Amino acid sequence: MALFLYLAPLTCLALFVLVVGVRVVRIASLPVHLRWELYPVAHEKGAGHGGSYFEQVDWWAKPRAVTRLGELKEMLGEMLLLKALYHHNRALWTCSFPFHFGLYTLAAFGGLLGLGALAQLGGLAVTAGGGNLGQILYFLPIPAGFLGLALALIGATGLLRRRLTDPSLRDYTTASDVFNLLCFLVTFGVVLAAALTDPTFTLFRDFLTSLLTFSAAPAGTALVWLAVLMATLLLAYIPMTHMAHFFTKWFTWHSVRWDDEPNLPGSRIEAQVKKALQYPVSWSAPHIQGDGRKTWVDVATEEIK
Amino acid sequence: MRDPIKVADIARPSRQLIRIENEDLMPLPAPLDDANREPTWKDLTEETREKFEASLDNTLLLNIPRPRSQTEERELVRTFLAGLQKLFSRENNWPFLQPLLLSMEHCARCQTCSQGCHIYEASGRQEIYRPTYRSEVLRRIYYKYLRPGGKFSGRWAHGEIDLNWTTVARLAELSYRCNLCRRCAQACPIGCDNGLIAREIRKLFSQELGWHTNELHDNGAMLQLRVGSSTGMNPEVVRDNVDFIDEEASAITGLTIKTPWDKAGADILLMHNAGEILSWPENPAAYAAIFEAAGLSWTLSSEALAYDSINYGVFYDDAMLAKVVIRHAAAARKLGVRKIVFGECGHAHKALAVIADRVLTGDLNIPRESSLPLLRDIVLGGRIRFDPSRNDFPVTLHDPCNVVRLMGIVEPQRQILRALAPRFREMTPHGVDNYCCGGGSGFAIHSGHNFQDWRMKISGRMKLKQILGAFRDEDMTPGAFKYVCAPCSNCKGQMRDLLKYYGLTDGHGIHYGGLAELIVNAMADVTPGYLTAWAQ
Repeated sequence: MALFLYLAPLTCLALFVLVVGVRVVRIASLPVHLRWELYPVAHEKGAGHGGSYFEQVDWWAKPRAVTRLGELKEMLGEMLLLKALYHHNRALWTCSFPFHFGLYTLAAFGGLLGLGALAQLGGLAVTAGGGNLGQILYFLPIPAGFLGLALALIGATGLLRRRLTDPSLRDYTTASDVFNLLCFLVTFGVVLAAALTDPTFTLFRDFLTSLLTFSAAPAGTALVWLAVLMATLLLAYIPMTHMAHFFTKWFTWHSVRWDDEPNLPGSRIEAQVKKALQYPVSWSAPHIQGDGRKTWVDVATEEIK
Repeated sequence: MRDPIKVADIARPSRQLIRIENEDLMPLPAPLDDANREPTWKDLTEETREKFEASLDNTLLLNIPRPRSQTEERELVRTFLAGLQKLFSRENNWPFLQPLLLSMEHCARCQTCSQGCHIYEASGRQEIYRPTYRSEVLRRIYYKYLRPGGKFSGRWAHGEIDLNWTTVARLAELSYRCNLCRRCAQACPIGCDNGLIAREIRKLFSQELGWHTNELHDNGAMLQLRVGSSTGMNPEVVRDNVDFIDEEASAITGLTIKTPWDKAGADILLMHNAGEILSWPENPAAYAAIFEAAGLSWTLSSEALAYDSINYGVFYDDAMLAKVVIRHAAAARKLGVRKIVFGECGHAHKALAVIADRVLTGDLNIPRESSLPLLRDIVLGGRIRFDPSRNDFPVTLHDPCNVVRLMGIVEPQRQILRALAPRFREMTPHGVDNYCCGGGSGFAIHSGHNFQDWRMKISGRMKLKQILGAFRDEDMTPGAFKYVCAPCSNCKGQMRDLLKYYGLTDGHGIHYGGLAELIVNAMADVTPGYLTAWAQ
């Protein structure tokens, strides 16, 4: 039993890291794509009005003014506050924002619990009467946990209600969409129930400590074990679905929407483009007649009769 | 009340999936708030319906012949699936594989993009015009028919769809009910791009089945590659026409205008959309007047393709896109110019400056830029004397999507208008948030069957509303001259048709034109009345 209690959450965590890693590598290793940016591009100097370096004469001969801080600011606003949704779909934002912010808060809560467990292993007393760090690691997870659970439960309930009742969403809502939201609701419901029996999350932390040490007798109660198991199962499941957008969004924004890197002679991009132009083509339309041997260079340069 | 259309309905054969009536359309402000001023729809003829697959909506663009047998239908469906497979292969679709996969795999189907789409809004929110509708059809087919275990997992995660001839034919046609303006993508909180998916669908049909519109392919890009220009002008004809324009322009402006041709080693190779030369000669004439007055080293090229910057491949086909940009760049390399500068053509900007940036390598990668910053520097640089009072009439600015939202050239044209048009006012919204003119993705050159009705009533409707909004406090009598500045050939074609269709030029004094014309109209050394002289 103890072995299962340790292996299951650890396997889920490992699975989470593995799936995220595989998906990141898969996306990042796709070939260079043609430029398809969309303005405003947050790292551009003229991002305030949506401008680009193309607003200058002889832009290639001038130093590029790029602000990574601007990009980070925009990305953080988008991730933490869901700015685009706020501006373009306020009704959905009222559900989606608490849901996502709740998840972020719960992620922070999980991190704090983990730190607390590590601190305990190091001999630090994570208690109400401990030192400064011990007190921080004892008290901070309490509001983070309850706030995160409350926001995520409220948000997930709102999202599920919208999915089932909004006529514009109904036909686009699949069985998996409903299942996913129910997974969140049930999991967070169980975590909340466990938290109500352990409002300082001491048992949660102690379980994590015993998990890190593989001690023979795991700390905690059956409800706490169930809560941890379900939470880690959910964590492993998320990156296998379209909810992977929590990290793939970095690619959709950074690698497509904001990718205005010019192809300057001798650049890394030029080398990638040269390689891609040598890929074989097998499109069958009469104006291409790709036979699997012809390359993109051949297609682009052949004479038209 | 009609039953709402569902995604799976695309596969269910019927005479017409939706039928739009005038009453469905988004209302327009005065003076078009009277329903009687809305022209009636022309119906497709029975002959057309028998000949072509036309069961999507009120109109038809692709002219797909009806299959003669079920065997032929099955073969076409099979070919479609083969093409879909290629769309997701590294070798066949390296140009857009990463953006496509990201959009296919992560859309939350939250419909946030819908309100950003002028076609969906103007049509009275027709379900099939929702940006997610066609993407969802493609997504469901992809996950059900191409992914392992798709029969179950596709349905579980993406919903039901049947793939049959009706689905394929309607999806092809539906990919041409989007202007590719990508305003929907701008609204997406995840960064998914339904505009891209619409183009990828067009591409699949073009590159695998050879289905494209005649206007874009046979009479467009292919004609350009064979003759030199999609207008049909060969090098001799274009030179004759420009010579004639020079003569007219000299007479109208009082300047001596002589367009330089094939000047080796010139600083600038100027590329116009050749449609300007035939339909709006005042625009290339204006460029010649400005460039000469500013003392620039510039030239046009009489090399085939180099005198026509159009690249319709941007709208439907990567192979055609690449064929044209390579020839454009090769002509510039041959002349030994320092840079290529594009005239007022939005998609030429996007093709050569942005997309082709990752097609051209080595000595074909010649610097390329828009003429708008150059015009801004000339106007503000003091090299030419201006009299802005000559432009003392209401002016509003249309932002071509390809130049603004998709390329980030927002301010130069505004700086010019603020300097030279004292009564300039913005549309709402504007800049990168602009709405497409409705002629985007090549629609402006399509009027076959009754497509003009669709293009005016639906895709152009939001722009019409914006134009009327910009002039709402102005004298709307025919003699009160008002000007919509549209620095893009395709957009101008749409403006011309829109203003005529709704009687806004003759009836209410709303005119349209480019930016360079407005600059020349304000040049102090030019005979007054440049804008009106060409109309005469």
